[in-house]
Amino acid sequence: MAAILVVAVVLAAGVGIASRIETALSFGTGDWAAVRFTVWQSFLSSMFSVVLAIPVARALARRQFFGRGLLVTLLGAPFILPVIVAVLGLLSVFGRNGWLNIVLASAGLPTLSIYGLQGVVLAHVFFNLPLATRLLLQGWQTIPAERFRLAAQLHLTPWAFFRVIEWPLIRQILPGVAALIFVICLTSFAVALTLGGGPKATTLELAIYQAFRFDFDLGRAALLSLAQLALAGGAALVALGVIPTISVGGGLDRPQQRWDGVSRVQRRSDMVVITIASGFLLLPLFAIVLRGLIGIPQLPQTVWTAAGASLCVAGMSILVLGFLAVPMAGWIASKPTGSVEAIGLLGLSASPLMIGTGWFILINPVMNPASLALPVTALVNALMALPFCLRILVPRLRDTLRDYGRLSATLGVQGWPLWRWVILPRLAPQIGFAAGLTGALSAGDLGVITLFADADRATLPLQMYRLMGAYRMEAAAGAALLLLIMALGIFWVCDWIGRRYAAS
Amino acid sequence: MLRLDQLKIRLEDFQMTADMSLQKGRKYAVIGPSGAGKSTLLGALCGFVPLTSGRLFWQDQEITDHQPGGRPMTMLFQDNNLFPHLSVLQNVGLGIRPDLRLTDEDRTRISKALARVGLSDQTNKKPGTLSGGQQSRAALARVLVQARPWVLLDEPFAALGPALRNEMLDLMQDLVAETGAGLVMVTHAPEDVRRIADQVIFVGSGKAEAPQPARELMDNPPPELQQYLG
Repeated sequence: MAAILVVAVVLAAGVGIASRIETALSFGTGDWAAVRFTVWQSFLSSMFSVVLAIPVARALARRQFFGRGLLVTLLGAPFILPVIVAVLGLLSVFGRNGWLNIVLASAGLPTLSIYGLQGVVLAHVFFNLPLATRLLLQGWQTIPAERFRLAAQLHLTPWAFFRVIEWPLIRQILPGVAALIFVICLTSFAVALTLGGGPKATTLELAIYQAFRFDFDLGRAALLSLAQLALAGGAALVALGVIPTISVGGGLDRPQQRWDGVSRVQRRSDMVVITIASGFLLLPLFAIVLRGLIGIPQLPQTVWTAAGASLCVAGMSILVLGFLAVPMAGWIASKPTGSVEAIGLLGLSASPLMIGTGWFILINPVMNPASLALPVTALVNALMALPFCLRILVPRLRDTLRDYGRLSATLGVQGWPLWRWVILPRLAPQIGFAAGLTGALSAGDLGVITLFADADRATLPLQMYRLMGAYRMEAAAGAALLLLIMALGIFWVCDWIGRRYAAS
Repeated sequence: MLRLDQLKIRLEDFQMTADMSLQKGRKYAVIGPSGAGKSTLLGALCGFVPLTSGRLFWQDQEITDHQPGGRPMTMLFQDNNLFPHLSVLQNVGLGIRPDLRLTDEDRTRISKALARVGLSDQTNKKPGTLSGGQQSRAALARVLVQARPWVLLDEPFAALGPALRNEMLDLMQDLVAETGAGLVMVTHAPEDVRRIADQVIFVGSGKAEAPQPARELMDNPPPELQQYLG
């Protein structure tokens, strides 16, 4: 049922798009440039993310230091960090009047520009370097302790150690991680909207938005959506086989006992790597907090209204997801193989702007799309979170059915009582986590809302974007801090409720 | 009477047959080498393992296609016999009402069952806070309130120490004697067979043999059983 709904939502968007495709319309040079840029920036982003992740993961895997656990936990934070907040943070550090340029200028060096390809890639690396590091670290964690002991016994040189133990692992994990990040970056919109733009740095998603918003050329938007679907869907299908499972559980903060990497050079280099990486991740966040504290008192009333709207959107997304993901997870878990997980992946490859465009075309003749802005945003955001939620819920549900399925069956516990007394209590922590993730992602999303909103209706990320567009940076920073607190707060509250329910 | 009429089970590279009748109130031990299909046989009786052919009767009524919960039997597994997130009371209550809408009468029955197995003071605890022996007792209390004509045991006490296991087997024996239920028990231990079984079902080389009197069989085992017992 739920799976059918997901397919229906995406299909409806497809119908809307198809109805606007005119044969006369053809792909212009600008559109080809958008395709090329989309692929190129995704490629660069994923390459930089994985290559830089190797030394970071390596250093984190073999060092124990105060704050290591916290740092590893923080590596998960960009996942729920609203894109627009991170962008503002990056602007504060790397922007025209950012900290880096101030340092460079005072040293008499030429300043750097964050806009264009380099900015888009920088932001994507900011988001995906931690993800790649976590996935690699997860791989390192699977190396049995015996192998480290054996290596210590054999007195392997650092180079031999790398070749015998680390390189085989990297070779095995890295392609999947790179593919995952590539697919994620293909559908990136908010980063391109804020840091890209112009003929040289427009992604397909941004082109859809521009055709829609500036020219109100629905035919062109539909055509671009189709191209986006083909590109991202194709890439996702190809990558499906190699994409690793995203573990959200703990265990990563437990350092392994190691005897290698004890030389002074290695210790120093690890320290430098960890310092640079944490600086890269933490400085923008620090900037947000610092500037936001100054900005919060200056927030206009519209920001508070928008914050309320965002809370509603997040709440609706969580509800939709509860009705979608939990039954779907139950359905998938009862099947021997997980081929149906592909439906969740459909949400990953079907871009939000594409779905938004389709729905806009369908709704437009019937009523004012702006009046449906918030519900549509909530629905699409829930859909975007679906693949991640399924990956969180399904393994636990499979375990539950494996461990308690027979017992439930002999007792005749089935249907609603099975959910009420067995599945939901066993799944409470995972459901809380998934709900938190969905709520945080939804509250922080700057995507479909840009298509549907009018002057009166906006979510907090959109309102923040408008403030940035009007160069009211202090207020924008205040809104960013508010959004950051909201996203983290929603996540924390949901996660906490889930855990508490499980514990009681 | 529980009648296994020409049962045939085939799973990938495994197959076994069974054709026998089991009398209510008797105690049967299922023994045989690992991998011969002891647990599979119990799973088939309970409805977890699909039958390739053959039929299953309980008192002349066919139950071949009944759901596991709709069969005249209750089963204790090797592990996971209790839901860790539910209290002892709720775990036992599920044996009476699968939707846990317990009436006062139900609660009285549960209290009596818990008193019978010596767990009166553990009613509202979670299984995780109980000892291994207490957990077994809680599961037995549920068997008691279910009061099905057959109790199937798939080595549920295997993880307990010898003394505790004997204690549980004795309690089990007392309970089935009180309810008049029949018992089918998978075991590895010849001493368990001597301790409680009336009859022995030997499972070996693709076939579950018809039950034979326990004492005579154990005192005078045929070659295949002799080889297993060593």
